[in-house]
Amino acid sequence: MYFLRRVFLLGPLLLVISLLAFVLVRLAPGGPFDRERKPASPEIERQLKAKYHLDEPWWKQYGRFLGGLAQGDFGVSLQYRNHTVNDIIAQALPVSATLGMLAFGFSMGVGIPIGYFSAVRRGHWQEYSGSLFAILMICIPAFIVAPLLIMVVGIQWRLLPVALWASPLHAVLPVTALGLYFSGRVARLMREGMLGVMPSEFIRAARAKGLSETTLLLRHALPMALLPVISYAGPLLADLLTGSFVIETIFQIPGLGAFFVNGSLNRDYTLVVGLVMLYAVLLIVLNLLVDWIYVLLDPRVRYE
Amino acid sequence: MSELAAAQIEQLEHSDSPHLSPNQRAWRRFKRNRVAFLSLWVLLCLAIVVSVWPLLLKTLSATGAAGTSVAQQLEPDRVSDDQFRSPNSRHWFGTDVHGRDLLSRVLYGAQVSLMVGMVGACVSLVIGVLWGAIAGYCGGRTDNVMMRMVDVIYSLPSIIFVIVLITTLEGVLKAWLSRGTTLGVDTWARVIFLILGLGAVSWLTMARIVRGQVLSLRNRPFVEASQALGAGPVRVLARHIIPNILGVAIVYLTLTVPEIVLYESFLSYLGLGIQPPMASWGSLIAEGADQINPIRIYWWLIVFPGAFLAMTLLALNFLGDGLRDAWDVRVDR
Repeated sequence: MYFLRRVFLLGPLLLVISLLAFVLVRLAPGGPFDRERKPASPEIERQLKAKYHLDEPWWKQYGRFLGGLAQGDFGVSLQYRNHTVNDIIAQALPVSATLGMLAFGFSMGVGIPIGYFSAVRRGHWQEYSGSLFAILMICIPAFIVAPLLIMVVGIQWRLLPVALWASPLHAVLPVTALGLYFSGRVARLMREGMLGVMPSEFIRAARAKGLSETTLLLRHALPMALLPVISYAGPLLADLLTGSFVIETIFQIPGLGAFFVNGSLNRDYTLVVGLVMLYAVLLIVLNLLVDWIYVLLDPRVRYE
Repeated sequence: MSELAAAQIEQLEHSDSPHLSPNQRAWRRFKRNRVAFLSLWVLLCLAIVVSVWPLLLKTLSATGAAGTSVAQQLEPDRVSDDQFRSPNSRHWFGTDVHGRDLLSRVLYGAQVSLMVGMVGACVSLVIGVLWGAIAGYCGGRTDNVMMRMVDVIYSLPSIIFVIVLITTLEGVLKAWLSRGTTLGVDTWARVIFLILGLGAVSWLTMARIVRGQVLSLRNRPFVEASQALGAGPVRVLARHIIPNILGVAIVYLTLTVPEIVLYESFLSYLGLGIQPPMASWGSLIAEGADQINPIRIYWWLIVFPGAFLAMTLLALNFLGDGLRDAWDVRVDR
């Protein structure tokens, strides 16, 4: 019931977000045609505006946008005018999503074991090295790691290609650079989760029952300890799937990240609103999924 | 730290001097945390070096001909023919594409990065505390609407917010400048917008924390007493509630500073933040990344600003964690 209501709420929520994004991009001074063919004569600009209905009052434009949205059409990009926003998303999303999924897998695959062992092996080297790794990764942003990786692995050792998006080998460096930062966050959350679960009563009960330490940790403690990681993973995945501007620029990968930034810089209204909608849908759906996984992992969780 | 150890420490503190305020006790706990205390010292040293460096250059150039030439070499904005020198005795961190001394540029960049981080965090503190306090104190429908707004803003990519804010503010400034005020505020105006923009997008978590605290304070006897004596909501908030949550808010503030420093670096990296010839750590790293080529490696252009940025973030994080543990603030997301 609860989830059904959440799904029904999705529509109004998206409406609010689309309205906000729609108004927000138009609030910024300047317009989408400022940068081209200077000096553009007033007539040309007026015609362009009329063609894309930018001369109408904003609520009329919004109505038009909603009409398109109902048919799953975000309209024509105002900057790349022979492409629709749907085209751009269809071209760039698979690239960004592949990179994002790989980086997501990397950060989970590295972060969860490190966080787990640094909590379980307290007072041993695993704890110290694991915590050090986590805090270092959090404090070294991707735009430092990526150039360093390029310089050392790509140029000095000539092991891996440093740019473009062609073969699986091309993915190694960007995925590492992108995933390392998040793996630090994940390791930290995992560790805090484990440390939070270990003193609880059901663990003591399971230990009293005579379960082996491995079963105890993996079957009983781990699912509970994963909860904070999972609630972080939802927004993280939405972020990663829609592309990372820095990594895509450094490695010259044709993903969505650049469209996000350039769209907002060039007041490409339709593109920005389309991308915001894409991000918002992903975020909301993934958050819903997170709440659902919560119920699966923790039998105590009840949503009225 | 286990509960037992915490209890023992508590006991020790009581036996030392029984009349410590909660803040004094928290400060003692904080001082026991060596890493956090060390971080505080690192940050202080950095702040001192950063503020003394320009003065040092000035005094050097006043000492005579030799001193002047050294000072000129180290001038952060002075273009010279010594391009891409690797670190040596004259330029400790090497020089960049325009032959400028990298050490000086890193230290000047530190001014901008640190200032943006600290002032931006203060902006987010003001907005977050006011928003959270009003939402928590009013309760009911107001609370609902205000917190749902926070949720909606959470689900918009913040980069769009920042870009719109910065460009809008810039438009306002240009209109204001064209009415004939002094020029030269231009370079700093950009920094100020950056600070405002970053502060305006990073108050959301602060507002949530403050609201939670206010909810628990709202029905305490001292608040009810004040209400019974006829104090209006503004007075209750200003005199009784906000002073009580300020400690928690300031602890969280130290965790906001690294976030904003990072965000500023990211924006400057994109070319949206600091404009050349001004520098911040982010823009320095971006300049270094631009010089990557397959023939020669200019590692110092990335390693030194990157190391300073990472070290500062590390210290700020340790400091924030230490303060949070000492004051026992729970950050529920």
